[in-house]
Amino acid sequence: MTETGFLGAALRSRSLVLGAVLTAVFVLAAVVSFAWVPHDITSMNVPDRMKGPGGAHLLGTDHFGRDILSMIMVGARTSIAVAVVAVGIGMGFGVPLGLAAAARKGSLLDEVIMRGNDLVFAFPSLLIAIMITAVFGASALNAIIAIGIFNIPVFARLTRGAALSLWTRDYVMAARVAGKGATRISFEHILPNVTNLLIVQGTIQFSLGILAEAALSYVGLGAQPPLPSWGRMLADSQTMISIAPHMAIFPGLAILLTVLGLNLMGDGLRDLFDPKIRRVGR
Amino acid sequence: MSFMKLGAASALAMMMATGGALAKSDIVVAMQLEPPHLDPTGAAAGAIDSVLYSNVFEGLTRFDADGSIIPGLARDWEISEDGRVYTFSLAEGVTFHDGTTMDAEDVKFSLDRARAEDSANAQKVLFEGIETVEVVDPLTVKVTLSEPDGSFLFNMAWGDAVIVAPESIDDIKQAPIGTGAFKFANWVQGDNITLERNPDYWGEAAKLDKVTFKFISDPTAAFSAVMAEDVDVFTAFPAPENLPQFEDDPRFEVIVGSTEGETILAMNNKVEPLDDVKVRKAISHAIDRQAIVDGAQFGLGTPIGTHFAPHHPDYVDLTGNSQHDPELAKELLAEAGYEDGFETTLKLPPPSYARRGGEILASQLRAVGIETEISNLEWAQWLEQVFNGKDFGLTIVSHTEPMDINIYARPDYYFQYDNPDFQALMDELSRTTDPEARSELLKQAQTIISEDYVNGYLFQLATPTVAKAGVRGLWKDAPTQAVDMTGVYWE
Repeated sequence: MTETGFLGAALRSRSLVLGAVLTAVFVLAAVVSFAWVPHDITSMNVPDRMKGPGGAHLLGTDHFGRDILSMIMVGARTSIAVAVVAVGIGMGFGVPLGLAAAARKGSLLDEVIMRGNDLVFAFPSLLIAIMITAVFGASALNAIIAIGIFNIPVFARLTRGAALSLWTRDYVMAARVAGKGATRISFEHILPNVTNLLIVQGTIQFSLGILAEAALSYVGLGAQPPLPSWGRMLADSQTMISIAPHMAIFPGLAILLTVLGLNLMGDGLRDLFDPKIRRVGR
Repeated sequence: MSFMKLGAASALAMMMATGGALAKSDIVVAMQLEPPHLDPTGAAAGAIDSVLYSNVFEGLTRFDADGSIIPGLARDWEISEDGRVYTFSLAEGVTFHDGTTMDAEDVKFSLDRARAEDSANAQKVLFEGIETVEVVDPLTVKVTLSEPDGSFLFNMAWGDAVIVAPESIDDIKQAPIGTGAFKFANWVQGDNITLERNPDYWGEAAKLDKVTFKFISDPTAAFSAVMAEDVDVFTAFPAPENLPQFEDDPRFEVIVGSTEGETILAMNNKVEPLDDVKVRKAISHAIDRQAIVDGAQFGLGTPIGTHFAPHHPDYVDLTGNSQHDPELAKELLAEAGYEDGFETTLKLPPPSYARRGGEILASQLRAVGIETEISNLEWAQWLEQVFNGKDFGLTIVSHTEPMDINIYARPDYYFQYDNPDFQALMDELSRTTDPEARSELLKQAQTIISEDYVNGYLFQLATPTVAKAGVRGLWKDAPTQAVDMTGVYWE
C-alpha cells in the first residue's frame, strides 16, 4: 500500500475524519490557552456572575463571574495532560510487561505478571482511584497516578495477546535460529507489529482517561482549585442547574464531544489498520 | 327525612374534612447533618442540639428565639449579694419521659456529671466556676461559684447544660430521656429521627403530635426534596443560590435569620510569616468581604470587622479597620519584608461558604502577591489537621457558638493567639457582673482583636430556613444550635 493510498483511505473514513477534527479542536483550544484566553480566569468578578451566553462572554460566566469559554479552554489542558500522562504510564509499564509475559509464556514470570494484572483489573477502577486520592490527598498528580495504574493491565493484556500469536510466525523462528535473544526479538520483531493495536487502544484509553479525570474532579478528588477542570465545573454548577443551566451544559458538552471524538478516531483507526475488516474500494 | 339525613351526613363529612385539614399535626423537618449520637452533654456536634435542644431536653435556663435568656426548668432564682450563690426554684410537677420525677437531685446529678473530672462534656468551661451544688429541698437547688460569674445564667442555657436523669444515663446516646415537650420515639440511622408529643408536659404543650427530623446532606438532594414537598421545613438550607426560586414560589416561604456564626479567615498566629501583625493586617486589607458574601453566599450575610455577632447590643462595627485596599496591603507586605509576597496553605472544610469563599479569597490574595495552596478537607480531616494539629496557614470556618470571643484568651486554641492583655481582660470580664461594665469590657475585647488582626473577619453567617407556606412558629434566628419545634404549628 502506498502512502497516498493510506491517506486516501483515512480521508474516506468519515468517523476517522470527524473524530480527528473534534479531537483537534480541543487540543488546539488547550494549546491556544497557553498564549491567549478570552478572559482572565484567575480573578473573580462576582458582580458579573452567572451571565448567560452571548455578549462579552461567548458561553456566559460561572458563579464567580469567570468566563466559561476560558475555563473550558484551560480545563482542556488539565484533561489532556492527565489523560496523556496516564496513558503514558499505562503503555510505559504495560507494554514491556506484556512483551515479557509473551516471551516467557507459561513460565512463573508470565503467571506473576498476568495474575497481578488480573488483580488490578478485578477492582472497580474508580473506587480504587478514589481510595488512592483519599489516602494521598486530592491533586491532579494523584489522579494521574490512579488513572495510570489502571491503564497498565489493559496494555499488558493486549500486548501479550498479540505477541503470543507473533511468536509462532516464521520470521520470529528465523530470528531465533539466527541467535537473537528473547528481549531483542521482542523489541525488534514483536513490538513493531503490535504498534497499530497500541495506537488504537491508546486512543480509546485516552478518552477513558478524560472521563475518569472528570469523574474524580466531580467528586472533588481531581485537580484542585484554582486549576480549572471540566469535572469540577460540572460539580460546581450542580445546584445552579435550574437558574444557570449554561454553567453545566458547556463543560458537559466539552467532555461529551472530546470523548466522542476520541472514540470515533479510535474506531476509524482500527478499521484502517485492521486489514481483515477494511472495506477496500470505498 | 332521607334528604335531611343525607344533608346531615354530608355536613358531617365536610366538617370532618375541614377538621382534618386544620389538624395537620405532623411535620417533617430536614437538616444537613445527622447527630453522631443523642447525648447533648457528651459531644460538641451541633446536630445533637439541633434535634434535641428544648424539644427533648431542657436546662435550668434556656435561650429564647431572640437570644435572650429566659427561665427553663428553674422558674425563678435568687443571686446572693456577692454574686457567688445562685438559688434556683424548680418548676413543680416536672416528670421525665420515663415517668420519674425531675427534682433537685437530678439537677445536682446533671451539673456534677458535667463538671466531673472524667466528664465527656464538650463545654466543660461552662461549669468550671461551680464550687458546690447543694440540694436544699426537692424543688430548690443552691449553686455556689468560686467567684462571681456574670455569664452563669447564660452558661446554664447551653445545650451542654441540660438536665438529665441518673436512671436513663446509660442509654442516653441511643434513647434520650428528657423533660421536654417532645419525647424521643425512633431513630432510623442515616435517615431520620422521630419525636412525639409528650402528653404529660409540665409547661405549655406542643401543638404538633409528631416531628420527623430528616437528614439530607447533599445540596442538590436538599433542593429536590423541598421542591418535591418531601419535607415541610429545611433549616439552614445549604444552597443559597436556590433561595430566589423558593421565594418566587407561593408554596414556600423563605426566612433568612442571623446566627451566632462569625465566619472568619483564621490565621495561624504562630507560623511565619503570619506571626507578623503587618502581614496579618495586609491580608485583612486584601479581603473584599462583599465579593465573598455575594460570591459564596449569594448576598446572605453581614460583613463583620471583629469576632462578635452584629445583632448583639454590644457589637462594635470595626469593619473600617480592614477596608478592602489592595495597594495598602502591598505596602504593608513590603514593610514586613515580603515585597514579592509569599506562599501559604488554605485549608477548607466542606461547607460552601468555605469552599466557594476560599476560591474567591485565593484570587484576592493573589492580587496582592500571596499565593495560596488550596486543599479541600472533610470535617474529620479538618479537625485533625487544622483544629487539633494546627498544621495550616489559613483556613475558613464559621464559629457558631454564641459569645465565644473568649476563645482568643486561649493560646492553645487552633489559631494560637497569645496576648496576655487580652487574657487579663477576659478574666476581668468573667468576674464582672455589672451589665454596663461588662458591655464596656466586651467592646474593648472586640477592638483589641480587630486591631491585632488576629484573623480575617469575613461575615456573620446567615441561616436561611425554607418552609412550606402555613408553617408558623419557627425560629427566625439561631441564637444557639436549636430547631425548637415546641411552638410550631400549621396554620
